[in-house]
Amino acid sequence: MIGVSVGVGVYTFVYAKGYSYMTNNPASCANCHVMNEQYDGWLKSSHRAVATCNDCHTPPGTIGKYATKASNGFWHSFYFTTGGFHEPIQIGKRNLEITEQSCMKCHSDLTQGISAHSAKGDEGVSCVRCHRSVGHMH
Amino acid sequence: MTNNFQTNGESRWSRRRFILLTALIATLATIGGVALLMNIFEHRQEGKNPFYRVVELTDETEDPAVWGKNFPLQYDDYKRTVDMVHTRFGGSEAEPRTPTQADPRSFVAQSKIEEDPRLKTMWAGYAFAKDFREERGHAFMLDDQTYTERQQVVKQPGTCMHCHGSVYVPYKKLGGGDLIKGFEIMNQMPYTEARTKVSHPVTCIDCHDPATMQLRITRPGFIEGIRAYKASQGVPNYDVNAMATRQEMRSFVCGQCHVEYYFKGPEKRLVYPWAKGLKVDEIMAYYEEVGFKDWTHAETGAPALKAQHPEFELYNQGIHARSGVSCADCHMPYKREGALKISDHHVNSPLLKLNRSCQTCHKWPEEELKARVETIQERHFKLRNIAMDSLMDLIADLKAAKLANRGDAGFTSAQNFQRKAQFYLDFVEAENSTGFHAPQEAARILGESINFARQGQNALRGQMPTATPAPAAKAASAKPGKPSDTGQKIAKK
Repeated sequence: MIGVSVGVGVYTFVYAKGYSYMTNNPASCANCHVMNEQYDGWLKSSHRAVATCNDCHTPPGTIGKYATKASNGFWHSFYFTTGGFHEPIQIGKRNLEITEQSCMKCHSDLTQGISAHSAKGDEGVSCVRCHRSVGHMH
Repeated sequence: MTNNFQTNGESRWSRRRFILLTALIATLATIGGVALLMNIFEHRQEGKNPFYRVVELTDETEDPAVWGKNFPLQYDDYKRTVDMVHTRFGGSEAEPRTPTQADPRSFVAQSKIEEDPRLKTMWAGYAFAKDFREERGHAFMLDDQTYTERQQVVKQPGTCMHCHGSVYVPYKKLGGGDLIKGFEIMNQMPYTEARTKVSHPVTCIDCHDPATMQLRITRPGFIEGIRAYKASQGVPNYDVNAMATRQEMRSFVCGQCHVEYYFKGPEKRLVYPWAKGLKVDEIMAYYEEVGFKDWTHAETGAPALKAQHPEFELYNQGIHARSGVSCADCHMPYKREGALKISDHHVNSPLLKLNRSCQTCHKWPEEELKARVETIQERHFKLRNIAMDSLMDLIADLKAAKLANRGDAGFTSAQNFQRKAQFYLDFVEAENSTGFHAPQEAARILGESINFARQGQNALRGQMPTATPAPAAKAASAKPGKPSDTGQKIAKK
């Protein structure tokens, strides 16, 4: 009985390419089609050669990275399976903050002058508000 | 002893409970696992086949229902253009009416000339003053033109079919395989005869190549119009089907019909007046040069022009066109059906699908985006009303002067100002976005219209303008009183 349950679970995991979500391969983010446009946009973007999905959408450090992956992975599959989500898909607050911080990972030298004058969480200063197309347009 | 027995019984009971509970959890987990597996499987299947070829489509397949067998999702959307929905300024309402022998329609859109009777004054002497209703969806384009009361006032030519029916296959049949030849033959038929040659409103084949599904232009009016326009931009011999990009095509297929036009000469050739450019001034200059008028204004005798839904021209002056956004991006935005991404073939106002049209680029809540559009439209509508009042004042003054038998240079000049003022006003009035397609340009056009009305009134008072308003007088004198000049563009919707 338990064997069947575990067996089905393992098979579903393999069939759904569950293992691919452990990797850095951007194609796995488009496994379920919903992010096809974002993936296609990234392929044509200026950042495709220097940053993959995980570089911008997960925080630095192994624990933070996999915690974010686990949380996003759960909620994304939950909504994709049950339906009823907003389209075009929109980034949430927490993930937007992670993305903003990711810009700084590489560009902090350039942006010091800007960030020095803004309070933390200041909505007025956002990298992607102006530089929206660097990762992917949509 | 008794105690021991009890303990034994209890532990057996708890073990049984444990087994039952485990079985229950395992069962639920298996059900959940299989359900998820099936869900993933279904999503995979959705993504696999873009379409099944059930029927063979050829260059003669006119019936959209046949195309719909291969493309059921697009066909479903296409059929929804029968919807009658009102937005703040556009769209239509279903008004019930009693069907008659002559007009079997059981419901029609609301009358625009009853909503704003000033339109009747603007179009005095022209068939539009008889019947002009709010435009409805693509599904109605053929019927609404067949049964409009305008048909009772004037004899219309077969040219109208160009944009009110699916003419690609009929043109090719009439021309013996030659599209342009068929176009020329149908143009010269009476409307009633041409009407028997077409059987559908706009269909799949009007925009799609049946072999590749790629967009293509099938309307001779646009093929020739865009060639003339490109020539004015320094691109000679422009062949739209060979030279346009895919993104351009996503606007050009709409521009096949949503444009200003006139019927040229006795052969009633449909011409898009773009040889000097797409702006209202360039179109006006073109009409002045060829000396064209649609009709003679009944109250003032002015050589008047009727503008027709110049959506394509006005959109081209706006920021969206400049940013490379096509008509289809907003009016037929992409949508997800299962794992498939398709263009929404239910063509209607983007205000009815803000998330898929506007929010793809503008990251604001839907209410905010709707409010932005309506702010633009409300401002436009106020200005349009001011321009309409100005024109009414000029027409009233001209009417009085005509009754007083004035025929001096000031009077003729004022008639020409009326011609211009009302063409500019009609240009944005007949346009279907209430200014949204190019807000600043629409405001400029209305400003110019108000100025023409003012100058016309000045001319009547004997103040001649320093810069003469182009040789519109030529238009009046070139073909004086020729009956073929009138009633040429009545074929709106």
